[in-house]
Amino acid sequence: MKQQLVVVGNGMAGVACVEQILKQPHDFDITIFGAETHVNYNRIMLSLVLAGQKSPDDIVLNGVDWYRDNNIRAKLGVRIANIDRERRVVIDQEGGETPYGKLILATGSNAFIPPIPGVDKKNVHVFRTMDDTQELLAKSRPGLKAVVIGGGLLGLEAARGLQLRGCDVTVVHLMDSLMERQLDPTGGAYLRRKIESLGIRVMLPKQTDALFGNGLVDGLRFASGEELEAELVVIAAGIRPNTELARRAGLAVGRGIVVNDHLETSDPDIFAVGECTEHNGQIFGLVAPLYEQGRVLAHAITGQRGKTFSGATPATKLKIMGVDIFSAGSIDDSEPGVESVKFEDPSQGVYKKVLLKNNRLHGVILVGDAEDEYTYTEWLRSGTDLTELRRQVLFPPRDPDPGRELADMPDSETVCGCNGVKKGDIIHAIHTHGITTLKQVKERTRASTSCGSCTGLCEKLLRAVAPDFQADTKTTLCSCFPFSYEQLRDIMRGQKLKSVEEVLAVYGNRKGCEVCKPALSYLLDMVWCGDHEEDRSARFINDRVHANIQKDGTFSVIPRMRGGVTTPDELRRIADVADKYNVPMVKVTGSQRIDLLGIKKADLPKVWADLGMSSGQAYTKGVRMVKTCVGTEFCRFGVQDSTNTGIELERRLENLFTPHKFKMGVVGCPRNCAEATVKDLGLVGQEGSWQVVVGGAAGKSVRKADLLITVETTEQALEASDLFFQYYRENANYLERSYDFVERIGIEKVRKETVYATDADKAKLLDRLARSKALAKDAWLEGAQPVNATQFVQIQPSAKTTSPEVASVC
Amino acid sequence: MLTETLRECDWIPVTEAGNIPPREGRSLCLNGKELAVFNLNGRFLTIDNHCPHKGGPLCDGIVSGTAVVCPLHGRRFDLETGLPVRADDETSLATYPTRMEGGVIYIGFPTAQEAAGEAA
Repeated sequence: MKQQLVVVGNGMAGVACVEQILKQPHDFDITIFGAETHVNYNRIMLSLVLAGQKSPDDIVLNGVDWYRDNNIRAKLGVRIANIDRERRVVIDQEGGETPYGKLILATGSNAFIPPIPGVDKKNVHVFRTMDDTQELLAKSRPGLKAVVIGGGLLGLEAARGLQLRGCDVTVVHLMDSLMERQLDPTGGAYLRRKIESLGIRVMLPKQTDALFGNGLVDGLRFASGEELEAELVVIAAGIRPNTELARRAGLAVGRGIVVNDHLETSDPDIFAVGECTEHNGQIFGLVAPLYEQGRVLAHAITGQRGKTFSGATPATKLKIMGVDIFSAGSIDDSEPGVESVKFEDPSQGVYKKVLLKNNRLHGVILVGDAEDEYTYTEWLRSGTDLTELRRQVLFPPRDPDPGRELADMPDSETVCGCNGVKKGDIIHAIHTHGITTLKQVKERTRASTSCGSCTGLCEKLLRAVAPDFQADTKTTLCSCFPFSYEQLRDIMRGQKLKSVEEVLAVYGNRKGCEVCKPALSYLLDMVWCGDHEEDRSARFINDRVHANIQKDGTFSVIPRMRGGVTTPDELRRIADVADKYNVPMVKVTGSQRIDLLGIKKADLPKVWADLGMSSGQAYTKGVRMVKTCVGTEFCRFGVQDSTNTGIELERRLENLFTPHKFKMGVVGCPRNCAEATVKDLGLVGQEGSWQVVVGGAAGKSVRKADLLITVETTEQALEASDLFFQYYRENANYLERSYDFVERIGIEKVRKETVYATDADKAKLLDRLARSKALAKDAWLEGAQPVNATQFVQIQPSAKTTSPEVASVC
Repeated sequence: MLTETLRECDWIPVTEAGNIPPREGRSLCLNGKELAVFNLNGRFLTIDNHCPHKGGPLCDGIVSGTAVVCPLHGRRFDLETGLPVRADDETSLATYPTRMEGGVIYIGFPTAQEAAGEAA
């Protein structure tokens, strides 16, 4: 008969340990008890659920089918109250008994609630489980005054999550400095500055004496007598090993359940693993050593004692509110013989402190730049003698060949610290299972499934090793950001980020690239209706000089000619400009406008001034033009005034930016001479009505536009156009043309959310459009008022600064 | 880079630092060459202005970290080394030592002796 193995605790450490046991030869019939009603999820990622960056389903580690496939009985929502060691049974809170042959305690830890009067008031929460998270989600709302007690890792994550939900957040910390267990006071101050710059208040040192309020919490009272208003309080004052069950069963318990190097408790048939354990006087709060415990336990319990657990070097790598933080080894520099070497760059927010003892790395703190964490981890692990490298310890030498770093990494080096996956394991998995995507790596090896900080390294490895590497389907902008468009829009709104550099600093890789910078520029413009900090360096050259760059580096100039209607005066000026600047080609475009090609950058302001016309935006992802037919004014067949309607439509939307170029057409009868049905937006005149059509294309692909709505009056047609236009601006991905957008969303949904939306929702769309329009201006005004002195000119080393012979013309 | 800075240079003042906005480049002609000077948030770097691929003006490119992306076809070059970022692009570009002093940008060209020594 199979031996009964009972596991009390369905958290990350317990289940990971069971996974390790399943890999060993064994004869167990396994039952797992979980006090929570959820399957095993990634507790580390609860902060991302709170922040809205992951859904609860996204962070499930072992779904129901894992339990079923491995014949594991999962008893969820069942709390074990007692262990009868004599009868070898566990007893649940209902009195139900389950016999065991071997027992594993993986009871984890509880949130520590300091004994402050008033912690039992309503709207006072802890942040530890999925249920806690969901309660916080239900209560958080924009403007809510939230106070987080505790400035450690968990407290700061809770604060960030609540802030992303729009709450007005204050962090109250008992100690002099944030994250004092991982950072020294200077490092804590760097982190604090960053957090405060994001709009979270930090108050420290502050001892909370009481929470007051009548039933519901109203605020906090500090030892100093000060008070702070609060509608929601989250207590994140640390965790304590959950030892109650073990204590009641008479097992040896200190701060945690005492275990030996094989994870056995004082009863040889009872093991313990995870945050509930105490090993050599040490307790644990980070996941990596707990997975190591699970592996050792799995060997011991299956009768293969050999592997032992030898504790853990504390190493924390995390990203809090966009700040990379790495802390490893001992950070106590008061210890005799410990020297510290420091680097600070306040404007970049970078702080590094390296502690050395006997010329070997003793500890390290990195804030704002954790790129060298692998080097430091390796130095710590191997005890490398750094005598020769003393002058480089703050900036360890980096190899110019990034592939080298990977090649240099021994197979035994850990890639994923959370799940204890080594480089060799990943390579082995890639070869034996023909893995080609990151998703498969995650499924096979579990690497990068916990905190995600090794995702980049895993991907590099895949790229290097797997011949058919495929990047995971792209839902993000580019590799500079781990977020989707939707998340980015939420982040910009929630965090009130108004410049590309801020977004990159807080949520990106601080560099950005030619893909994300223009996209972020667009998103910020759209989200803030033009009221953002425009950064020209983040925009393509066309949008820096308001003309279209050509293959020889010259530019094309297309003035606005609304509805394709011009005047003799305009034509004369165009002709004069063409003569004066020796324009090599003057061309009528497909958009009923005139293009002057081959203009030098330096001539652009003069050309615009001479033209006396406004920018046709033919160089940008924005409103291009409205093509029209002559309509009722002259045409024998026209039934609607297409030219004037087209001119009006162009005026309403011109100078605005869009996810991709946006072309329109207005025709005065269904003969469709101006091809309105293959435009992003078209108005097709009929006797007594207009058809508003959207999502047409006659470019790389040809697509007949979908009918959005038929309306009676021109004013209605223009309003429907405005609605669709703003809806596309707000919901399309950057560089998504309207025809791809309409196909992706579906015309029914587009109708429902524009022309069939409630009056209130329509008013909101129109209001945002009006706000954007109010701030939009003709870009060519910059010809007379450039944004900087050299916007259009080449730098001329002047006679004042240099001798004439070197400042040559080329 | 190290040898570059140790080398004897004639430092030519070219323009005021304020003329090159952060994370943008500007072109200029010097000693018969067209160069692009970039401002990486206060650090100035100079490279040949023309992309070896089709001659695109690199001064008009978007900066990504320490690299610039050619506006015509997206080739990337590291501004510190002049090397193409992708391994399959072969040609690299010359870089020129650049420094800022008293709000003025200087570009260094090897002195006549140094240049002769290099040729020999």
